[in-house]
Amino acid sequence: MAKRIEASNVSSYYGNFKAIDSISMTVEPKTITALIGPSGCGKSTFLRSINRMHEVLPGARIEGRLTIDDQNIYDPDVDVTAVRRLIGMVFQRPNPFPTMSIYENVVAGLKLNGVKKKSVLDDAAEQSLKAANLWNEVKDRLNRPGAGLSGGQQQRLCIARTIAVEPQVVLMDEPCSALDPISTLAIEDLMFKLKDRFTIIIVTHNMQQAARVSDKTGFFSIDKTGDPGRLIEYDDTQKIFSNPSEKKTEDYITGRFG
Amino acid sequence: MGDYPSRSENATAGDLGVTASRTRAAGSGVSPSSYDEPPIGGGGALPKKARFSMESGFRGLSVSAGAMVLVIIVAIAIFLISKAAPAIGKDTENFLTYKQWFPNEADPKFGIAALAFGTLLTSVIALIVAVPISLGIALFLSHYAPKRLATPLGFIIDLLAAVPSVVFGLWGRDVFQQPVADFSEWLNKYFSWIPIFGGDGPYGQSIMLGGLVLAIMVLPIVTSLSREVFQQTPGMNEEAALALGATKWEMVRTAVLPYGKPGVIASVMLGLGRALGETIALALTLGLVFNISFNLIEVGGNSVAANIATTFGEANETGRGALIASGLVLFAITLVVNMGARAIIYRRREFRDSAA
Repeated sequence: MAKRIEASNVSSYYGNFKAIDSISMTVEPKTITALIGPSGCGKSTFLRSINRMHEVLPGARIEGRLTIDDQNIYDPDVDVTAVRRLIGMVFQRPNPFPTMSIYENVVAGLKLNGVKKKSVLDDAAEQSLKAANLWNEVKDRLNRPGAGLSGGQQQRLCIARTIAVEPQVVLMDEPCSALDPISTLAIEDLMFKLKDRFTIIIVTHNMQQAARVSDKTGFFSIDKTGDPGRLIEYDDTQKIFSNPSEKKTEDYITGRFG
Repeated sequence: MGDYPSRSENATAGDLGVTASRTRAAGSGVSPSSYDEPPIGGGGALPKKARFSMESGFRGLSVSAGAMVLVIIVAIAIFLISKAAPAIGKDTENFLTYKQWFPNEADPKFGIAALAFGTLLTSVIALIVAVPISLGIALFLSHYAPKRLATPLGFIIDLLAAVPSVVFGLWGRDVFQQPVADFSEWLNKYFSWIPIFGGDGPYGQSIMLGGLVLAIMVLPIVTSLSREVFQQTPGMNEEAALALGATKWEMVRTAVLPYGKPGVIASVMLGLGRALGETIALALTLGLVFNISFNLIEVGGNSVAANIATTFGEANETGRGALIASGLVLFAITLVVNMGARAIIYRRREFRDSAA
């Protein structure tokens, strides 16, 4: 089910501002890839380009080629909603729908896809919440508001909502930055578990987190404010954190910069 | 060139001096150091709490402002009841069910039934017509229209709310009446098998005309409030819906509409409030006939407020009391409607509060 993502020469723009310049990388199925780098270097922009959420912002556009298992997701004939169903996304701040219960939140994506049968929805809700390590905490209060959970639980609820539609790839945009260390650990455990089913790409500011969870790491950086972000180095996490090829990567990893 | 830096340095120094001396002057007024005690942190006794301060002053002000609302409501209720009760006592018919209005006779006969019915029917028609259109406009302005178009269009809608109701009434009577009469005739020709479009005329100053004019008056209120709440939908919830593979309309249905629901209900209730209390526009556009009929297109219809406006001038004392009694009924209707709306909003309060 998981699929390979291939980016070649991807540049993203906000109006006339070039946010990332010519990024090329290949992400293998069923791996966790971490994107690290200083703020404003275009990690999140690149991530949002992968599921076409970048173009939601007015004036935003992209150049280059992005494929999922050799299908170009920016092909004019491709249905953008299908791309987003295939490539799910978890955001920085937990964002459950405030008007919906826990149950309704989890099945929201399925309902959007036209699934109406109660037994199917019930089943998917239970499976997704179990996969998100949240089932035991919420099974007795599925009809309570999703926004009433703690921050870490809300984020796991959002992960459950994302995986309920059975995507191929899950993008995570700093999913733990608003969470305490224990909730962060819970999400990291969850990522290892989800790796068996999905390709995961995670943007993080936390280098320990990148070192802990990822198989491969991409280091993004900018020369100075106003310049587009570039992919400086992309390699096995082991190598990036022990013996990076680029001086800039080493400076960033060791804390001499950024 | 060379003396610019030094000048600006002087300016900065001067500014700091002023700030420092101002701080000292302000501090010396209230700080405990002006008493015989040492300043805070000096190891002396803590300063005493001020007996009269801005704090208690504002507290008193806001409490009395809150109490004022209650006093006004009670005073209105007492006024209405004290004037209405004697008149209702003299009524020789049942006030709640009698349909005619002859309070100025020697043996007064009057009842609220036809008036209350007309008030509710015109208001309901106004809402049925106005609410879907308003929500459509509000969504267009908040989520579909480009900003260059949305801003002036929103301004025009707000302008519509500022048009006095007598202007709407005159326009409805002199301009809008003929098209509505023609439309009524067409409806009657093809749909007379539906009772609300039955009858044999004449058409014109009908419930439909009054309801449509009311709809135009309600539209800007509902539109502009709904647009506000739709615009406040958190962007991250809209993105969550889009990231799940929602189309724009699905995103609106999943994230925007549920989030805005309490606000939309409140805006509809405000619109209904305007419709129920509307006086002069209905006095000018309705047929002012005392009758209970669901026929929308024949000349007819009346409302509590329109009846007060049109008959107050020639009313005697009992007549005035009777009109005030009808006002009391209107008061009660709006109260019930508002409480109903509150109940709807309150029911899912848990979801709203935890979202905040």
